[in-house]
Formats: sequence, structure tokens, C-alpha cells
Amino acid sequence: MAPDAGSARDTDWDGVRLHIVTGKGGTGKTTVAAALALALAGEGRKVLLAEVEGRQGISQSFDVPPLALTETRIAHAAHAGEVFGLAVDPKAALLEYLQMYYKLGRAGGVLEKFGAIDFATTIAPGVRDVLLTGKVYEAVRRRRDHRAKGPGAAPAYDAVVVDAPPTGRVVRFLNVNHEVADLARVGPIRSQANSITAMLKSPQTAVHLVTLLEEMPVQETVDTIAELRSVGMPIGGVIINQVREEILTPDVLEAASRNAISRADVAADLTRVHLRATDAVLDGLLTEARDHAERVTLEREQAEVIEGLGRPTYRLPSLSEGVDANGIREMAETLMAQGMA
Amino acid sequence: MKVPLLNIDALINDPQTRIIVCCGAGGVGKTTTAAALGLRAAESGRRVVVLTIDPARRLAQSLGLTTLDNTPRPVKDVDDTRGGSLDAMMLDMKRTFDEVVEAHATADKAEQILANPFYQAVSSSFAGTQEYMAMEKLGQLRLEADRNPDHPRWDLIVVDTPPSRSALDFLDAPKRLGSFLDGRFIRLLTAPAKAGGRAYLKVFSAGVNIATKTLTKVLGGQMLSDVQTFVAALDTMFGGFRKRADHTYALLSDRTTTFIVVAAPERDALREASYFVDRLDEEQMPLAGLVVNRMYRVSARGLSAARALGAAEELGDEARDNSSVVTSSGASERTAITQGLLRMHAVQAEIAARHESLAKSFIAGHPDIPMVKVPAASGDIHDLVGLRAVGEALAGH
Repeated sequence: MAPDAGSARDTDWDGVRLHIVTGKGGTGKTTVAAALALALAGEGRKVLLAEVEGRQGISQSFDVPPLALTETRIAHAAHAGEVFGLAVDPKAALLEYLQMYYKLGRAGGVLEKFGAIDFATTIAPGVRDVLLTGKVYEAVRRRRDHRAKGPGAAPAYDAVVVDAPPTGRVVRFLNVNHEVADLARVGPIRSQANSITAMLKSPQTAVHLVTLLEEMPVQETVDTIAELRSVGMPIGGVIINQVREEILTPDVLEAASRNAISRADVAADLTRVHLRATDAVLDGLLTEARDHAERVTLEREQAEVIEGLGRPTYRLPSLSEGVDANGIREMAETLMAQGMA
Repeated sequence: MKVPLLNIDALINDPQTRIIVCCGAGGVGKTTTAAALGLRAAESGRRVVVLTIDPARRLAQSLGLTTLDNTPRPVKDVDDTRGGSLDAMMLDMKRTFDEVVEAHATADKAEQILANPFYQAVSSSFAGTQEYMAMEKLGQLRLEADRNPDHPRWDLIVVDTPPSRSALDFLDAPKRLGSFLDGRFIRLLTAPAKAGGRAYLKVFSAGVNIATKTLTKVLGGQMLSDVQTFVAALDTMFGGFRKRADHTYALLSDRTTTFIVVAAPERDALREASYFVDRLDEEQMPLAGLVVNRMYRVSARGLSAARALGAAEELGDEARDNSSVVTSSGASERTAITQGLLRMHAVQAEIAARHESLAKSFIAGHPDIPMVKVPAASGDIHDLVGLRAVGEALAGH
């Protein structure tokens, strides 16, 4: 390992170099992955943030031009820390892989001409996932000095963060090498797939789950953790995103849910500060309070379910302005303050 | 700007509408929208089948989908007074694939394919197969619906699209399959097994040798031969396969099909919706409009966030002034309640305004696309009562 600039601070995931971030669609996993990369890059580290679904979500999160096929620096962090971004492309990964392991050169071009590359990357189901995880594997193992070998050599990246497919598909995505290993009983693909699987299942890796305090995303989090466990993938933390600030005190919430807030008192208060206490406004406010109380109750139930999972849990506040590059910095700081990085 | 309203009732009550495809990014409520549309159509007299791909567990239970058997089953407790009915099914991709093989290959060929390790991996566990099979199942349902033209089993099919990497995968699946079936790569893989291919092969045999050698090197001989056996076996049914894919694609662009793009008031989901709308337009696919789910709405609509906050502050000042003189704690507690309500309203009004402005920016880019906004429910939807309420909201009530 490189001299560890961050050793002064203990974080929950010391020793993890590959952070895989998943979550149900709509939970904000891409922005959380971006924030985590930025947080990990604090204290002068070099971090790679990789996306695998061709959405260009990273460039949108950091407000930089769309990522090309090469790793590009997209953000600076404290103490000369750097975040690099990569949109992993299956075709580029395949050609690079063929060149790296088989020194194919012209034969790679022939395969391309025959449509074999297109077949492998777009049509043959699953191969795509093998290539994407393969590229991530390569980035994690890469050395700063490419001639250096052995466990003592400094890695090119201190950490790699993957914006992974959503919960519905992530286990299949991560376990795809295992499937391939079953398929290719011998030969080079088999050993390559085995190495990828070994890394993904090692303590160097953690699969983090992003959720909202809503029933469906929480249910998917619970299901995905069980699924990950059954295939032996190391489970990371749970990040609760878009947590709303608590505005009403417990007493008021309780009164609101029982419809016990005095309409006359509220009307008197409004009138005193020169707001017209029309029926529409009064009914509206009381309805909002009741709906809000109902929502808070549901959120508490969901928070308890997450607590029951017994995983390290982090909470990111809802950003009123929506998420932009500044929002991601705020989220990164919150994650650091909570010990995730 | 006047935005055309997406008239859901007109759409589902039009007998010309035979297929509704719900598409959009993950997590925007596609499945719920599809189920609610299906239920509303059934209760207004259509004979509906809803094809869901990956429903949340409780939603599935509400539709009676407790077993995954790849067959449409009637949904209980649907109001059938207008002569409609609702069936629902969950896609089983492996089973669908097996059925395709069995339908298109001779019995011994089918057996050979089903036993091939490459086929087993492709059909059951790999991502990507879902899109093909969703399309295949749609085609099958349509055939089944039309089997008896006088008494069609269903007169409306509502499809929920797979949670793809991109919403566009669903649309591209049949074309990709087609281009593969026509491709040189297939000929490369099947040629050595076919005597008739030899003469043709001489023309580019040098290339073939390099390609085959490379494949052997990369895949290993055993895997390559599994793949070749698989492709050769499939070869006999390619014609049928291809025809089916083309047919389904044609079905999608047919006048009796309509697409509903589903989104949530979030930047990413609306961006995806925007891509999809443009893409459907390019392909001249029939788009009915956009459903924006989970729109936040306040109940006290006449009160702006700024005024509510101002009033809350004024009440706060007043409480501080009073506390320096005499305190009647009951009064200040009551005022604290009102302050809380006003602050809460301000936060919610801001969220609602943000959602409206996101919807507006979509409209600015697509002024002609009919739209309907569905308000956020305070809880999750997992029964017919909830789905009915969503149906009402979809219809703009």
C-alpha cells in the first residue's frame, strides 16, 4: 500500500478498495456514488469513479463534459485529492482486454470485421456484464508503476467507486463471472472469471445500498442484501438518501395525526400576523399536517426496518435546491462526518 | 403556454387501442401506472391483460400474482359490471425462451438446445434476455388475443417494460436480434457445421481462420464448441425467430399500439423521458403522452412559501417579545403549533414549486406532448383501492 495519508482518521471501510454503489431506481445512487468518491478522495487520495450503464450520469453530476473512453480528472478534493471519472464501455473494454491478455493486434480487427465484437458487446446476453466487471477489476488491480509487481507495489487508485446497476439487476451483474465460470469449464475465460469473482467476494470489496425512507426501496434493500449474502458478496453500508428535516415537534405530529389541532387557535394566530385565515387556507394547513404526520409514521417504520438490518447506516439530507456539483460536495462532507469515508 | 392534457379515459375507451406500452426510467412508478391503467380500463368494460416484468412484491400480491407461472391469471375483486375483465401475469423469461424453442424447433432439436449449457446460461441468468422475452411474450399475448376474432380473449394488452439499463433497450431488442441473425458472425459460427457453407467460405477463409483461431484462444475450445452447437441448433429456427421479432416490431408501430412515457419530477427521470419521447418520434412510434407521477402538491394552495415563512417569523418575534414580559405558556405553545404548520407548508410549497418547474422545463422542450400529472400518495400503493385512486388521478380527476 501507498503511505496512507488518511491513517489519522478511522473510517468504517478502511481496507476496502472497491466500493460498489447500488439502489433502486430513483433513489439517487449515482449522486451518492459521486459523493462517496469525493469523500474518499479527501486527505490527498486518488479515486476512480466508474459508471457502467452508459448513462453519462457522472458528467451530469459533476457538471463536466461527457466522459470519453479514457479516465479523466473530474474533481479535486482536499489535500490534493483527485477524482477521476470513467464511463466503462464494453466494446473498448473487450478490445483492450484482447490486446492485454492475448496480444491480438490484427486479429482483434478481424473479429471486429466479422461482427464478433458487436455480438459480444451488444447481442450475446451477459458478456457485456463480464466485460464491465472485468474493466473494474483491471482498474482496482492496476499499479501506479506498471512494472512494479507483488503486494507491496502502490496501486494506481487508492479506491474505485462503481455506480452499479440498480438493485433489481445488481446481483446478476456482480455474479456474472460466476455464471461464466460455470459455462467455460476450462480455459482462459474461466481463470479470468475466477479472478474477478475472487476480488468481488474479498474483504477489499463492499456493496453499498442507497435507499429512501419509502416502502419499495427499503424492501428492495432488504431483498438485495439477502441475495448478496446468498452468493457471498460482501455487504457494505446502507445510505438513506433525501432525509427530510423534521419540522414539526413530536407533540404537534401526534396532535395532527389525531386531527386534534385547534382550528380556532391557528385562525387567531394567522389573523394576528395579517394572513387571511380563509377556510381553504385553514383546511389546507391541517390536511397538510395530517398527511405529513402519516408520512413521518411510515418513514419511522421504514427506518426501523433498516435498523433491523444491522448494517452501518448513513443519512443524507434532502437538498432543497436539487443536486448539483455543490450539492455533491455537501453530501461528501456529510458522509465523511458520519465516518463512511 | 397551453399544455395538451393526456386524456387517459379517451385512450382506454377507444376500441382502436389494443396495446399500451408503459416505458420510462426505473423507480418512476411504471408498474403501478400499468396496473392502474389496466384496472381502470377493465372496470370501464375492456377485456384487459397486464404484462408486468418485475413488480414489487406487494403490488404483485394485490394483483393475485403469487406464483410465477408465465400465464395470465384473472385478478379478483375487479368490478365487472360493465362487462370487462382483468388478467395479469408476470414474465418468466427462461420459460418464455423455452417455449419459443419448443414452438420453432423439431422435438429432438429442441431437446438438444434446451440441454446446451450455453443456452441454459443465456436463457436463465443473463441480463439482456429479458428485453427479448418481453417482446416475445407481447407478441404471444397478441396472437392469443386474436385467436378468435369474434370473441377475443383480450381486447387490450397493457405492458410494463423491463427495468433496463436504458429505457431504449426494449425498443431495440427486436432490431438487434434481426441484425445479429443477418450478420456475418452467425455465418462464421455456423459455417464449419454446415457443408453447404464451404464454397462461400473460400472467399474469406483467411479471415475466418484468424477469427476462429482467436475465438478458440479466447473462449477455449470447449466453450466455442458449445456456442457453435447452440447456434447451429438455433439455425433451424432462425427464420421463425426472425419473423417473430419483425412482427413484434411492426406491432409496436401499428396504429393500435400506443406508448405512454412515465416519469417522476426528477431531473434524471425527466431526461430519460425526454430521450424516449424523441426516440419514439424518430421511429414514428405512436406516443400518447407523458405521465408525471409523484407530483408534490400542497393543500393550502393560496398561501405562498414566502408568505408562510414571513408569517412564521412574525409569530416567532411575537413570542420572544411576550416572553420578556409575562409568559402564558399555553399561548406560546399554541403559537408554536401554528409556526410549525407555516414552516412545514413553506417547505412543501417549495418542493411543489420545484416539481412544477421541472415539469415546465420538459414542456418547454416538448410543447406538443400531452401530459398528465399524478399527485404523490402519502403511502405506497399495494391494493386495488390504491390502484383505483391512481387510475382516477391518471384520468385527471
